[in-house]
Amino acid sequence: MTGITGWLRANLFSSLSNSVLTVLIVIALVLLIPPLMRFLLIDAVWSGADRDACLASDARPEVGACWAFVRERLAFFIYGSYPIDQRWRVDLFFVMLAIGAAWLLWLEAPRRDLAAAYLFIVVPIASFVLLYGWPAIGLAQVDTALWGGVLVTIVVASIGIVASLPLGIVLALGRRSSMPAIKVLSIAFIEFVRGVPLITVLFMASVMLPLFVPDSWSPDKLMRALVAVAIFSAAYMAEVVRAGLQAIPRGQYEAARALGLSYWPMMRLVVLPQALKATVPNIVNSYVALFKDTTLVFVVGIFDFLKTIDVAGVDPKWATPVTSATGYAFAAIFYLVFCYSMSRYAKDVERRLDVGARE
Amino acid sequence: MDHDVSEPTASTSSAAQPGHSAIAVEIEHVHKWFGEFQVLWDVSLSIRSGERVVICGPSGSGKSTLLRCINALEDVQQGRIVVDGKPLTKDLRRIDEVRREVGMVFQQFNLFPHLTVLENCTLAPIWVRKMPKSEAELVAMRYLQRVKIPEQAQKYPGQLSGGQQQRVAIARALCMNPKIMMFDEPTSALDPEMVKEVLDTMVELARDGMTMIAVTHEMGFARQVANRVVFMDGGQIIEINAPGAFFDHPQHERTKLFLSQILR
Repeated sequence: MTGITGWLRANLFSSLSNSVLTVLIVIALVLLIPPLMRFLLIDAVWSGADRDACLASDARPEVGACWAFVRERLAFFIYGSYPIDQRWRVDLFFVMLAIGAAWLLWLEAPRRDLAAAYLFIVVPIASFVLLYGWPAIGLAQVDTALWGGVLVTIVVASIGIVASLPLGIVLALGRRSSMPAIKVLSIAFIEFVRGVPLITVLFMASVMLPLFVPDSWSPDKLMRALVAVAIFSAAYMAEVVRAGLQAIPRGQYEAARALGLSYWPMMRLVVLPQALKATVPNIVNSYVALFKDTTLVFVVGIFDFLKTIDVAGVDPKWATPVTSATGYAFAAIFYLVFCYSMSRYAKDVERRLDVGARE
Repeated sequence: MDHDVSEPTASTSSAAQPGHSAIAVEIEHVHKWFGEFQVLWDVSLSIRSGERVVICGPSGSGKSTLLRCINALEDVQQGRIVVDGKPLTKDLRRIDEVRREVGMVFQQFNLFPHLTVLENCTLAPIWVRKMPKSEAELVAMRYLQRVKIPEQAQKYPGQLSGGQQQRVAIARALCMNPKIMMFDEPTSALDPEMVKEVLDTMVELARDGMTMIAVTHEMGFARQVANRVVFMDGGQIIEINAPGAFFDHPQHERTKLFLSQILR
C-alpha cells in the first residue's frame, strides 16, 4: 500500500497502542491549537496607543494578545533604561557580537582562529568599553543599573558562554590532574557549585563577593551576577568536558608523550580538539540551559529581558487582563527562537562530525 | 623476503664504528611493579648504537612494559635506565628530552585521527623541535616517500588501511629524527596481508643503520634483521643470543617451549 493511506497505516496506526496515541494526540492538538491561534493572531490587537485598545468592549467582546503593547514597549524590552540617545552603542554591540558568532559558527569560514580571537578577546573588551563607556574617548558612562532587557540577557548569556568553556576546560583538566592539590581544589569547586542552585550562587555572589574585594572597586550588581553565572556555568561545563576527555583513548596520550610533547601542547593539539569535537552537542546543550537560566538574574535586582516584560506588564498605561499574557508569549517566542537555533546548529554540527568520523 | 637476509647484516658491519660503539640504552637491574604484581624482575640489558634488538616472549612476559620503560611511558621502582647518555629520572624535562630521541611505534598505531597524515607527521617537529612549518612538511614528505605513501598525505588516518596507518606511524616517529626507534608489536593488529608492507619498511630502516628495539613475534624479521634476540618470560630476561644461535640452538627449556609453540 502506498500513498497517504499507506503512510498513515505504517506510521500512525501500526498497532493498537499506536492508534490510541495518535487519536489522543490529535484530540489534544484540536483542543490546543485553535484557541492559541485565536489568542495570538485572530483576536489579537495589533495597534493602539494605550490600554484602551486592548480592553474588551461591545465592539470587540473577545480580546486576544495585545501586540500593540509589545510594539510600543519593544525598545524598553531591548534596551531597558539605557539612555535613548546612547542606544546606538547597544546596536553596535549586537552587530559586533553577531559578526563574531556567525564567523565562528560558520564552519567553512576563512580564518576561524582569528574569529575565535575576535570573539573571545576583542569583543568582550570592546563591548565593555562601548556599553559601559569611557569618558576619555567621548563615550559617556552608562551605569549598569540602567542596562536592561535583551541587552542584559545577551550580555549575561555571552559572558557565561565565553567564560564557561575555558574555565570549564581548566577545571576538567584539573580534576584529572595527577597533582593532588589541583585535583582536590577542582573537585571541591565543581561539586560545590554544582551542588547548589543557581539562585544561591547569584545571592552569594551579590552578597559575599563585596566582602572579598577592596571597597574601592566594589563590583557593581551586574558584574557580580556575571561572575556568578560564569562560575556556575563553568562547573557544569567542566563535567561536560571531562566526559569528552574520558572518551579519548590512552593511546592518544601515549603517542603524544612518546613524540616528546609536554602536557600543555599535548592537551591543546591532540587531546582537547578531539574531546571537544566529541562533546559539541553537550556543550551546546549546556549553552541552551545557560541561556534560559539567565532569567534568574532578576532575583538580584537586574532587569533582564523577562523582567522588563514583567515590569512593563503592570504599567498602568497598559495594564489589561491580556497584557502580561501577551508579554510572556512574546518572551516564550524569543527564547524559543534562540534556543531552537542553538540546538538546530548543534544537530547540524553533530551530523557533519558523524560524516567525518565515518570517512 | 628471504633474499633480503644478508643485506642488513652487511650494512651492520659498515655502520658499526670500529673502536668504540656508543651505548644507546643501558638498563640496569630494573624492577617494576604494577601495584602488588611484579612485572619486571632485575632486568639488565645494554644496547649499542646501531644495534637491532628483537624482544620476544609469551604474552604477559613484561616485554612491552620493558620497552615502555625506555621512553618513560612507565616508570620503574628500582634500577636505572640510561638512554642516549641521559639517566631517566622523575624530571619531566629530562624525560621529554629522551622522548625526542626515541621514536615509538605502537601496536594500535595511535595516529591522531583529527589530523591529516601530513599534520600527524609535522606536529611534533613543529611543536617540539620548533621547526618551521614549511621545513617540517618537506621532512614529512621525505619520510612519507620513504614508507611509500606520499600520495596519502592529505588524507585522514581513518581513510587508510591498517598497514598504511602503521607506515604513517613509522614516518611520524622518523620525522623527529630519533636516534633510537622502538616498535611495540607493530604488526599484531594488522590483517595478515598487511604485515609484509610494514615489515619491509622496518627492514629498510634497519638497513640504514637505525638503532632498533622491537617487541615482535615476527621470527622471520628477527632472523633477518636482529643482531640479538632477547627472550623474556615472567618478567625476566631468560636468554639473549644472536638470531642464528637463538633459533637453532636455544639454551633454555622455556625458550625451546616458546619457540616450538610459535614456530610450530
